[in-house]
Amino acid sequence: MANIKTSEKKTKAQSMGLHSEVLTGKTQQKFFNPDEAENFYYFGTYDVDFNKRTEIDVKNMECREANKKIDELMKEGYGTIVIKNPQGKHSLGVGILNKLNLIFEGSLGYFGCGSMDGPIVRINGRVGWSCAENMMAGKVVIEKNAGSCFGAAIRGGDLICKGSVGARTGIDQKGGTIIIGGDAGAFTGFMMQRGRIIILGDVGINLGDSMYDGTIFVGGKIGSFGSDAVEAELLESDQDWLKRKLKVAEIGENFDVSKMTKVVSGKKLWNYDALEPTEKKGAI
Amino acid sequence: MCGIAGLIHRGSTSKVGFELQGMLQALKHRGEDSTGYALYGKTDGQNFIMRFKVGENVGEGSTSIMEDVSVYDERKKIVDGYLADLGAKILKEERILPYSLRYEIEYDKDLMEFSQKIESVQGVEILSMGKSLEVIKDLGNAEAVCKRYSLDKVIGTHAIGHARMATESGVDIKSAHPFWGYPFSDVSVVHNGQLTNYWNNRRVLENKGMRFMSECDSELIAVYLAEKMRNGASLEEGMKESLTGLDGVFTYFVATKDSLGMAKDTMAAKPLVLYESDNLVAMGSEEIAIRSVLPQEIDTYDPFDGEVKVWQI
Repeated sequence: MANIKTSEKKTKAQSMGLHSEVLTGKTQQKFFNPDEAENFYYFGTYDVDFNKRTEIDVKNMECREANKKIDELMKEGYGTIVIKNPQGKHSLGVGILNKLNLIFEGSLGYFGCGSMDGPIVRINGRVGWSCAENMMAGKVVIEKNAGSCFGAAIRGGDLICKGSVGARTGIDQKGGTIIIGGDAGAFTGFMMQRGRIIILGDVGINLGDSMYDGTIFVGGKIGSFGSDAVEAELLESDQDWLKRKLKVAEIGENFDVSKMTKVVSGKKLWNYDALEPTEKKGAI
Repeated sequence: MCGIAGLIHRGSTSKVGFELQGMLQALKHRGEDSTGYALYGKTDGQNFIMRFKVGENVGEGSTSIMEDVSVYDERKKIVDGYLADLGAKILKEERILPYSLRYEIEYDKDLMEFSQKIESVQGVEILSMGKSLEVIKDLGNAEAVCKRYSLDKVIGTHAIGHARMATESGVDIKSAHPFWGYPFSDVSVVHNGQLTNYWNNRRVLENKGMRFMSECDSELIAVYLAEKMRNGASLEEGMKESLTGLDGVFTYFVATKDSLGMAKDTMAAKPLVLYESDNLVAMGSEEIAIRSVLPQEIDTYDPFDGEVKVWQI
C-alpha cells in the first residue's frame, strides 16, 4: 500500500486546493532479476527454435482451435509456423508473447495478430479490422490491403501494410511504427499519443485528429488536417530515419522522402492543466 | 451490429439464393434475429411478382402479437378483391406460409396507387414489387429462412441480404431488411449502422407522400432514395446525396433490376469488404462472407469513407 505524502511543489490546480497529495512509497512495478531466468518470459511463453519449421491447415478449424494449435506447436519448440488457408477467419495469431516466425498463406479477418509481443509475422494476403491491435513488439508485414483501425493502440514494433488501409489507422497509437505503402482512410492517427506513422500514398480527411503527440509522415495528398494536427518542418534526421525505415519495411526504397509532409500535434488540445482549474471552479 | 452481404454476376446468372445464404450464414454472429434476402431472379420480365405478408411470424423471439390464422385468410380475401378493383390480374398464387404470399400479377398502372390500396388493409405489407425482385424476410438465421422459403434454388443475376440484430425496433418481419424502395419497381436496400436524423427525415418525407411501414431507421434509406429518384435523380446521384442527407454511421447496399450499389458514410465507421472482378462483385461486412462464395485467395479491399459505387449486371 502506497503512502500519502504532501507535495511541496504546487501546480496551478493544486494552488486552487483541487489536489495536494501525491502517491509515494514502494513501487508496484516489478523489475527483472537477470539471475532469475524465468523472469525473462511471460507466463505461457516458449523458447522456440527458428530452424524448426512446420505447417498447419486451418481451413476446417475454428479460430480458437487454430490458436491453440499454434500454442501447442510453440510448446514443442517450433519457431517457424506456416498457416495455410486462414480464409478470412477472425482473431488468428493473437496473444503470442515470444519470438516466432509466423507466416499466413492467405487473408485474415478481424483482430488478427492482436496483443502480441515479439513475433515476426508475414501475411500473404489481406487483413480485416484492427490488425495487430495492442502490439507491444515484433514485426507484422501485410502483402495486400488492410481494414480500418489498423494498428489500433500499438505500443511498439513495426506494422507494415504494402497496400492501402481503411479509416482510423493508428487510432490511440502509443508507440511503434506503422508504415503504409498505399493510401490511408479518414481519421488516420486519431488520438495518437506516441509513435510514428508513414503513409506513402494519399490520406483521407481529419488526419491526426486530436493527436497528443507522435509524428505522421505523408507522401501523397492530405484530405484535411484534424483538430490540432499541424504541419512541421521535415528535418534531415527525419529523412534519414524514413529512408532506413522504408528499406527495412521492404517498400518505397526509392521513394523521395524529401517531399513528404510531416504532421505533428499543435499541442493546444492537451494543455488541460491550463483549462481545468477554470472549468472546475465553474463546476464547484 | 447486423451484417450485410451482396453479390452481382456480370453477364451471367447463378444460384444467387444459395450463394447469398452462405454469405449471410457466415455473418450470423452479427445477428440472427431476422434474415432477409432481395433476390433478382431470372424472369421473363413481363409480369410483376408481389411478395407480401398478411401477418407476422409470432414464433419464438418475436415481438409481434399472436393472431388467429383466420385473420390472415380474411386479409388475403380483401387483398384479392382490391387487386380485382385495381385491374390487376393474378396469374399465379403461392401461399408459402400462413402469413407469407407470392403472387404473379399482370398490372400496368401506377404502383403508388396500387401499393396504397393494398396496404390499406390492416396487417398487410408489400415486401417487394418488381419484375425480377423478390424480397423474402423472416425471423431466424440465413439457413433457417432459406430453408423455410426454399431459396437455395433461385437462379438470378444479383442479390443483397441482411442478418439482423434488433436494436432500435422490434423483432418482427416489418422491421427486417431488405426494404423495398416503395413505390419503385425492383428497388431494395439493406443497411448496417444507425441513422441519427431518422425522425426529422421521416417527417419531411411523409409530408411529401412517402410511406413508412416500420420504425426501423434503415427503412429511411429506401424511402429517401425512392423520393430522390421520383424527383428525377439517378440511383447513383441519390446515393451521393445521401452521404450528406443522412446523418449517422452507415454502410448500405441498394439494388435495382440491373444494378447493385454501395455507399459508405463519411466517418467510415461501419465495415465493408469488397471483391471486384470483371465477372463478379461480392461484398460483405466481413471477409468471411465473401469467402463462402470464393474460398480461394483473392484480392479484397475496404472502400474508403464517403465512397459510392454502382455496378451493372
